[in-house]
Amino acid sequence: MRIKLEPRVAASKWMSYGSPAIAAVLTIFFGAILFASLGRDPVQGLYIFFIEPLTGLYELGELGLKATPLAIIAIGLAVGFRANVWNIGAEGQLVMGAICGGGVALAFHGQGGWWVLPLMIIAGAAGGMAWGAIPALLRTRFNANEILVSLMLTYAAVQILGWLVHGPWINPEGQNFPETRTFEEWALLPELIEGTRLNVSAIFALVVVFAGWIFMTRSFAGFKVNVVGQALDAAKYAGFSQNKVVWVSFLIGGGAAGLAGLIEVTGPIDQLNATFAPGYGFAAIIVAFLGRLHPVGILFASLLMALTFLGGESLQINMNMPKAVTGVFQGMLLFFVLATDVLIRYRIRVVSRTPAATGEAG
Amino acid sequence: MSSENSQAQLELRHITKQYPGVLANDDISLKVEAGGVHALLGENGAGKSTLVKIIYGVVKPDTGEILWDGKPVQILNPSHARRLGIGMVFQHFNLFDTLTIAENISLGMDNPGDLKTLATRVTEVSEHYGLPIDPRRHVHALSVGERQRVEIVRCLLQDPKLLIMDEPTSVLTPQEVDKLFETLRRLGEEGVSILYISHKLEEIRALCDDATVLRGGKVVATCDPREETSKSLAEMMIGSEIPVMQREASGDLGPPVLEVKGLSVKSDDPFGTSLKDIDLTVRGGEIIGIAGVGGNGQKELLQAISGETPVRDRAAVSIDGQACGRSGPTARRGLGLAFVPEERLGRGAVPEMTLAENTLLTGYQSGMVSRGLIRFGHKRQRATEIRRDFDVRSAGIDSEARSLSGGNLQKFIVGREMGLSPKLLILAYPTWGVDVGAATAIHQAVMDMSRQGVGIVIVSEDLDELFEICDRMAVIAEGRLSPVRNNGETSVEELGLWMSGEFDDEPSGAGAETSHAH
Repeated sequence: MRIKLEPRVAASKWMSYGSPAIAAVLTIFFGAILFASLGRDPVQGLYIFFIEPLTGLYELGELGLKATPLAIIAIGLAVGFRANVWNIGAEGQLVMGAICGGGVALAFHGQGGWWVLPLMIIAGAAGGMAWGAIPALLRTRFNANEILVSLMLTYAAVQILGWLVHGPWINPEGQNFPETRTFEEWALLPELIEGTRLNVSAIFALVVVFAGWIFMTRSFAGFKVNVVGQALDAAKYAGFSQNKVVWVSFLIGGGAAGLAGLIEVTGPIDQLNATFAPGYGFAAIIVAFLGRLHPVGILFASLLMALTFLGGESLQINMNMPKAVTGVFQGMLLFFVLATDVLIRYRIRVVSRTPAATGEAG
Repeated sequence: MSSENSQAQLELRHITKQYPGVLANDDISLKVEAGGVHALLGENGAGKSTLVKIIYGVVKPDTGEILWDGKPVQILNPSHARRLGIGMVFQHFNLFDTLTIAENISLGMDNPGDLKTLATRVTEVSEHYGLPIDPRRHVHALSVGERQRVEIVRCLLQDPKLLIMDEPTSVLTPQEVDKLFETLRRLGEEGVSILYISHKLEEIRALCDDATVLRGGKVVATCDPREETSKSLAEMMIGSEIPVMQREASGDLGPPVLEVKGLSVKSDDPFGTSLKDIDLTVRGGEIIGIAGVGGNGQKELLQAISGETPVRDRAAVSIDGQACGRSGPTARRGLGLAFVPEERLGRGAVPEMTLAENTLLTGYQSGMVSRGLIRFGHKRQRATEIRRDFDVRSAGIDSEARSLSGGNLQKFIVGREMGLSPKLLILAYPTWGVDVGAATAIHQAVMDMSRQGVGIVIVSEDLDELFEICDRMAVIAEGRLSPVRNNGETSVEELGLWMSGEFDDEPSGAGAETSHAH
């Protein structure tokens, strides 16, 4: 008896929806083993991780608040991933968006009006795009690997942020903490639901998901992106430029990440500081794949990923677990998603030894 | 038929091999006599490759028995097959370009010994069988025919009792084919059996003593090909009457739709072919064929015409009177170009996209896109029409391109390109690997389209195909284009000679062109 992976004649539709579910079940199962091996009650651990963050209006608001930037970034990244353009530097584009958008708020400190927030949003998206344009330029001009360039630029962006909040933009009345002035009322996103921290950015996220859906499934530009990603020779034959697609991917991905960065600093944080960047730019890579690079899938995946952030926090508070538990769960989830993906194109068959005709051969 | 008392070198009994979704070999039995040349005949997808892989130990059968020298054997792997005395010459060669012939041969041997002795043996064997090669030469400098000789010599060094040849003539000029046949007959006289796989019926009639005909994984006939006609063999192969293309005389020719003037392209690929000073004029209403052995600049010429590799000189390529050498494919399609590329899956069609989506791949300039959004109704309607008009057998227009057979996908791509109402249609190897029925359908559609005033260029290695359908023909060899001759004013022998690059003393094609225009 042995287990054999056999290619399917056609990709299984059922499995492309079923495999994330199997991955979730496996994550829960191995999560339980993790709790047990650490000497904690697995049922209580899983309850605190997965259920408790959903038990009240405030908690649900927090879930939306965390899911919003994840969904926005992941939609942007999914465009590039569909084209085999690997923007790993969304975190840096997020930081740059926050710097540019936040910079607008600081520039008009004490003389603002209703127009400041829209200007910040534009500046935030533009900042992310500009940071994304660097790897796009180097890739299309010099064939530099966009994975390395975009990743390294993340650290460059964090250093620039550190310099700004330690130096020129430091709050004059802030006792030398590495942070800027807090933003004024008109530079903040209005709250959406009374009693929660959820703000209007949640609506942005829904708009971005819808726009992403139009782009990826309904627009000709999205079709070009898909062709470049799936069959480069066919794209050349059809006359679709790979370089243009690289540019489009990085501008959309960077713009989305920049917008998410701005949302982060004009929402709950309301200032720039050296450590605001929460790793959403990296987590969104998982979200994009968990959501199968499809906007609707990404919407659900962003909620699930937000849950792992909140669940990790409540495990730290309630069960005294280390911070790394969040990363472990996210890692397991991605690992199992990628592993179960094989079931879409292959099926498992248990075969009884080798066939009779070649029995002696084996 | 061979005599009853002679022992079969190889016998297959009731071989069956099931792949997911397809029964590749269904209860196949056949006998290859010692010293006989046995043909394995069948269309693409009939199960020839699977059967050969089973004999060579690459694939294991689900059930069935293999007898070698009358004794049952389990062929474990290709190395085991070689030890038994089975040699195989693949359709696609497995040679390293940067190594010499001797080095390449030693790599494929189980115990090659030292290179010097090997080189001497290579020379001996190659001369004995009339396959002259110099073992010190590097493979990249060899012609395709010479590379095949290397593969054959490599097999012969192992003293095989059975030599399997998979579509060996598809890469050879007619003269080279004659030489190859002499060698094979000689081997037969020395007692080496040959299993000869082909779909070229004339060759099989000229060479083979026995034939097994496969269709849909089953043996449908065994016969002596010398007692059959090409027509009867073809009917066994496809299982029905062969459709015949209706040829029409060319009418009045229109203005030039493609003018290539002094086109020279330096290839970026160190083993590619540079184009040298190519001139070609194609007028509306005529079909021009470009023959030649693969790798002589076809790919480079096609990419320079399609715009995938734009050239520096704007005037080097003109479509419908407009110089467009520097433009990309989109602009050239806008001028009336349609193009069926040599690779279907991955270039002519995106494998994991549906037929409907693949319609959009080149149809985006014909009303399927409006304000940046895809018009799904138009796209689906177009795909449905192509599927109906070109008899594309698929579950529907939502089938993925990769799920179609080669012939059906080719019909889809040809239909899609013709549906663009082009002024100039370029077809690369339009019937390569396509079954006879589909090939005739494609030829008929091409013929009909040209008689409506479209200019057509066909690049092919199949001379029979070109003689059947073209009005005028030329040969590409080493990146240069021969004079263009009217069909009927040239011969297989002349084109075969040109394929080896010998056409410098010929008068240019201009004369033929004017004589054709009246």
